Amino acid sequence: MNIHEYQARQLLDQHGVSIPAGEVCDSPEAAKRIAAHLLTGGANLIAVKSQVHAGGRGKGTFKSGFQGGVKLCKTAEDVFDKAKAMLGNVLVTKQTGPEGRLVSKLIIVAAPDIRKELYLAVLLDRSSSRPVVMASTEGGMDIEEVAAKTPEKIVKETIDPTLGMMPYQARKVAAALGLKGDLINQAVKLVLGVYRTWWECDASLVEINPLCIVRTHEGKEALMAVDAKLSLDDNALYRHPNLQAMRDLAEEAPLEIEASKFNLNYIKLDGSIACLVNGAGLAMATMDIIQHFGGRPANFLDVGGGASQEQVAAAFRIILQDPNVKGIMVNIFGGIMDCNIIATGIVAAVKETGLKLPLVVRLEGNNVEAGNQSLAQSGLTIIRANSMADAAEKVVKAVS
Amino acid sequence: MSILVKPDTKVLVQGITGSFGARHTQLSLAYGTQVVAGVTPGKGGQEFDNKVPIFDTVAEAMKATGATASAIFVPPAFAADAILEGVDAGLDLVVCITEGIPVNDMVKVKRAMDGKKTRLIGPNCPGIVTPGVGKDSQGGCRIGIAPGYIHKQGHIGVVSRSGTLTYEAVWQLTCRGVGQSTCVGIGGDPVNGTSHLEVLKLFEADPDTHGIIMIGEIGGSAEEEAATWIANHGRKPVAGFIAGATAPPGRRMGHAGAIVSGGKGTAAAKIAAFKEAGIAVASTPSEMAETLLKRM
Repeated sequence: MNIHEYQARQLLDQHGVSIPAGEVCDSPEAAKRIAAHLLTGGANLIAVKSQVHAGGRGKGTFKSGFQGGVKLCKTAEDVFDKAKAMLGNVLVTKQTGPEGRLVSKLIIVAAPDIRKELYLAVLLDRSSSRPVVMASTEGGMDIEEVAAKTPEKIVKETIDPTLGMMPYQARKVAAALGLKGDLINQAVKLVLGVYRTWWECDASLVEINPLCIVRTHEGKEALMAVDAKLSLDDNALYRHPNLQAMRDLAEEAPLEIEASKFNLNYIKLDGSIACLVNGAGLAMATMDIIQHFGGRPANFLDVGGGASQEQVAAAFRIILQDPNVKGIMVNIFGGIMDCNIIATGIVAAVKETGLKLPLVVRLEGNNVEAGNQSLAQSGLTIIRANSMADAAEKVVKAVS
Repeated sequence: MSILVKPDTKVLVQGITGSFGARHTQLSLAYGTQVVAGVTPGKGGQEFDNKVPIFDTVAEAMKATGATASAIFVPPAFAADAILEGVDAGLDLVVCITEGIPVNDMVKVKRAMDGKKTRLIGPNCPGIVTPGVGKDSQGGCRIGIAPGYIHKQGHIGVVSRSGTLTYEAVWQLTCRGVGQSTCVGIGGDPVNGTSHLEVLKLFEADPDTHGIIMIGEIGGSAEEEAATWIANHGRKPVAGFIAGATAPPGRRMGHAGAIVSGGKGTAAAKIAAFKEAGIAVASTPSEMAETLLKRM
């Protein structure tokens, strides 16, 4: 699960990570009030930042035509105007897709006087099965690009989970970032705080980009987490009710929310051939084979190992709400699951939804003869297939 | 004759009285697997289905029955503890079927297993089958949730992260009259006990395994690591398939570990690594068995 920047800031703050002063709001009036307060407190410049779960906000465009989901302002009046232009409007960035995301919250923060931008992240290193802290002097940039072009500019510190991150490891990171003097001790506090946020929240990723060396009002240098991205491990949410409460359904596709209510794993794609499969690996392979035969998958849909008739019916209803769908491929390997239960579920769902689109069904496994018989005797025009490849070829032909 | 488990391997089940564990214990018993004990804390002294004794702890169950392997069916919140109980008791093999274990729990489990003799398969996996010689491969060792009847005793090793895709490959082999030595589902989580590479090494060392099907999917770099080893050390024919070529980056495709993130773990990179290592890559999942048989 992803959370908003304002929520990530809150969690980092709780773990002692230094962040720019500011607050979240949902009205231009509140934005103005926060800005005025920050300006009185000594800030020279105020950043107005749209809260959506997508990167590229600064270079995004609102559907209203307004440019930029992040703006810098010098006066509270200007903050009011910018907030008014953003709130309630849909922001399109390179990561949102053309449909964009509705902006209903902003953070208003004191924009620090940035001297240098760095990068810091904590994530799982799958090869060693341990947490790894990654840092780079190339802050503010796309880290994938840095990794590809100048991998030597990224330092990694692997953490022993039984010890947690040790202060000496944070000092190594600070040294690798070229920090000196008082900034070293600040970095230790900050890096350890970011690591603890990752571990204690059961995060899958905490990314501070940029991590900044800033100049304070007193003219001193300080370290600050200026932007933060935080993703959480869905499997661990059960033990964090406070984090569960951070879920923002407005950021999720409505069909995916609907599917999750039936314990269906559905991800919408942009092709025209819907698929309904049991098992995640087989579901991915089904999408691949549709593409192999020249079609394009409309979704990923795993109905799980023990799908019920109700789940199959729900799956059909969800698939059919996607207006791009021109045909459906059902691919079931009923190892232990009874194929006839699935077949009966399909017949009921087709009747219930009044399906008009071509439907190709491939059943294999336990009680497959009875399943195929149920399909044949249903009186419905269901195209049967005897292998995955046969099914994919038939469905691609049927929609073209 | 097989890897990890043999038809006479004595198996205990942790979480035998839960509905999921009970159902699959019954199926394993019907398959002919030597399920000799169950473990459910507080139910020690009772019997499962009037034939399998239940114990309060894994250590007691091992001592009383000589079990060397375990299947874990406990809910995700208790799974890490169940795995470590099996490790502490000194089991040779722990197979964790449970799906949905927090990643950090598995990070701790892996660290705690350093230097221990127990091998962990899974979690979030279908388990292991070494087929038997009876009708529908009965008399074999089935630990987990795979359908027993699709197997046939023989000489092909199958290793995969996905359950149903394993069944697909096994069924393709069996339908062509080709049997399997052992089929291992290593699980779809980002942190698992045993990697593709470790299973490959076991297959290479097993004189009764003559060819291998290796099925991978997007996410991580375990397939690439296995391919590098095959390029340098592999002597047996290997066919492979990678699922997820059409998966959008940044989205988890059902399995917690099946995600392309930061440009890493793409199907294209894995397929390229397979080809470079001389692995015969099936162009569709319908051709996994055929691709291997052509290579042999």
